[in-house]
Amino acid sequence: MNHTTQVPDRLPVREETGAATAAPSPPRARAPRRPTSQQWAAWAFLAPVTLYLALFYAYPLYRNLDLSLRNYTVRSFVQGDAPFTGLANYRTVFDDPTFAPALLHTAVFTAVCLVFQYAIGLALAVFFNQHFRLSATLRALFLVPWLLPLIVSASTWSWMLNSDSGIVNAALHAVGVDPVNWLTSPSWSLTSVIIANIWIGVPFNLVVLYSGLQSIPGALYEAAALDGAGAWRRFWSITFPLLRPVSAITLLLGLVYTLKVFDIIWIMTKGGPADSSTTFATWSYQLGFGNLLPAFGPGAAVGNLLVVAALVFGLVYLRVQRKQYES
Amino acid sequence: MTTIATAHRPRRARRTTWWKTATGLVLTALMLFPVYWMLNVSFTRDQDMRKSPPGLFPVHGTLAGYRAVLDEQLPYLATSLVIGLGTVVLTVALAAPAGYALAKLRPRGGGVLGFLFLVAQMIPGIIMAMGFYAIYLQLGLLQSVPGLIVADSTLAVPFAVLIFTAFMSGIPGELLQAATMDGAGPLTTFRSIVLPMSRNAVVTVSLFAFLWSWSDFVFASTLAGGGAHEPITLGIYHYIGNNNQEWNAIMATAVVASLPATVILVLAQRYVAAGVTAGAVKD
Repeated sequence: MNHTTQVPDRLPVREETGAATAAPSPPRARAPRRPTSQQWAAWAFLAPVTLYLALFYAYPLYRNLDLSLRNYTVRSFVQGDAPFTGLANYRTVFDDPTFAPALLHTAVFTAVCLVFQYAIGLALAVFFNQHFRLSATLRALFLVPWLLPLIVSASTWSWMLNSDSGIVNAALHAVGVDPVNWLTSPSWSLTSVIIANIWIGVPFNLVVLYSGLQSIPGALYEAAALDGAGAWRRFWSITFPLLRPVSAITLLLGLVYTLKVFDIIWIMTKGGPADSSTTFATWSYQLGFGNLLPAFGPGAAVGNLLVVAALVFGLVYLRVQRKQYES
Repeated sequence: MTTIATAHRPRRARRTTWWKTATGLVLTALMLFPVYWMLNVSFTRDQDMRKSPPGLFPVHGTLAGYRAVLDEQLPYLATSLVIGLGTVVLTVALAAPAGYALAKLRPRGGGVLGFLFLVAQMIPGIIMAMGFYAIYLQLGLLQSVPGLIVADSTLAVPFAVLIFTAFMSGIPGELLQAATMDGAGPLTTFRSIVLPMSRNAVVTVSLFAFLWSWSDFVFASTLAGGGAHEPITLGIYHYIGNNNQEWNAIMATAVVASLPATVILVLAQRYVAAGVTAGAVKD
């Protein structure tokens, strides 16, 4: 996993430069003593991307923060003279009747998607790890849902879940279940978008967990098999415990990316009906762009709450990853 | 007894593999059913669309949906192509030098920068979109192709820098030192040694940058909506909103919009797998 090698690659560098001054160290540390000219060259190469980071990440984020702290109307949005109102937008958001449902839906959506994506992904990874004929090809085909544009997946699922003409209700009818108003009934809309999102997320879990399985030595399984451990037992006492580090990474990364899912929900239900599938991501968009009269301030405030949540879990992820490298 | 057991083992082994392959085929078919359904609906006639139960195969197949794509969606597809290619160029141009510097030149503060890129990947797109909207409104860049290219590139640049850094760390230092001995400056070294050796990383980054920009809906709908040049994702979105009846046209457009992903999966599968395990960043 390059993602993990990326951080370690820089760690030894710092030690090396420290060691280089203390003692004539291994041959590799000899050349880079961070000469000034090389520093200049390095930052010349980094200048474009640093400028880019400032202009197209930091500045939009700053503008978003600014939006959330002022009372913007359409007119002051264009003219840029909106009065500073402090945390008023955040208070509006907290008092909004949509807040509690949106929070609940975000939590449920994220948790349920993660559990199913991980469980299905792990089961498939173990299955494909048995290297039968065609296994590599089939595993590659499993990537398809992950590669398709989200609008394609979302519109396909919309039509499959259509109340009258969808294949899902037709299949249910065939086994004697009454049709379900998947997208148009408030009690089912959240389930529908969760199903679609699980389908999209399984490939990622499969691929990452599969690559994790490759690092478990096969000798362990042989020894366990000799001791008479069945397949189920071998999974729970070898695979699952040894896969824990990779599982932690997969789940945390999945958490960060599931929190911000927007396209699927917006295209399938627009967060409706009656906010029954609204999450923070779609609520933020709804406030900022979904109405004739945009509420940029509260929209940005909701967005910033989402950023904070994503960053908190993101930092936890980076910490876990780093700790794993060190141990 | 023993001879019988050994004689039987190979056949049993083959039979269990056979069962696994069969199970794998069934699972794959289940997983890909929505993709099949998209194809099926794209060939279905209008009058069969509301049939109950829906036809499992396009028995009376029609190309009307694809004709509608040719008539109505080509400008959208062209816009997406231009934006995708623009995003690839911008992403590689920004990220390749950065990866070289972070991997080989050991800049002071490089660690912080690398950390910032990891964090940048985690910012929800919808928040970026709102910030971009506010900025583009002031600069008059809304509904412009360059504006959308820049916004779409933010999906790929952090990932690209991480890939390039990881890849270029693997280039032997002796090679670069030899170049320096021969009097090559960092720029020459980068252009004539590092970049040619990083072909695989360039391919991986380009594939993902193109795919994400081609698939982008958030930036398209906030920054390009209603403009003269809308990408294909908006083309599909308008279709869904406007004519709820012609699902064959909608699904035909979806099929066409999926072509890049399919081509990439067939032609460059190993790069895709490398990219996913490198900390896949898509939602």
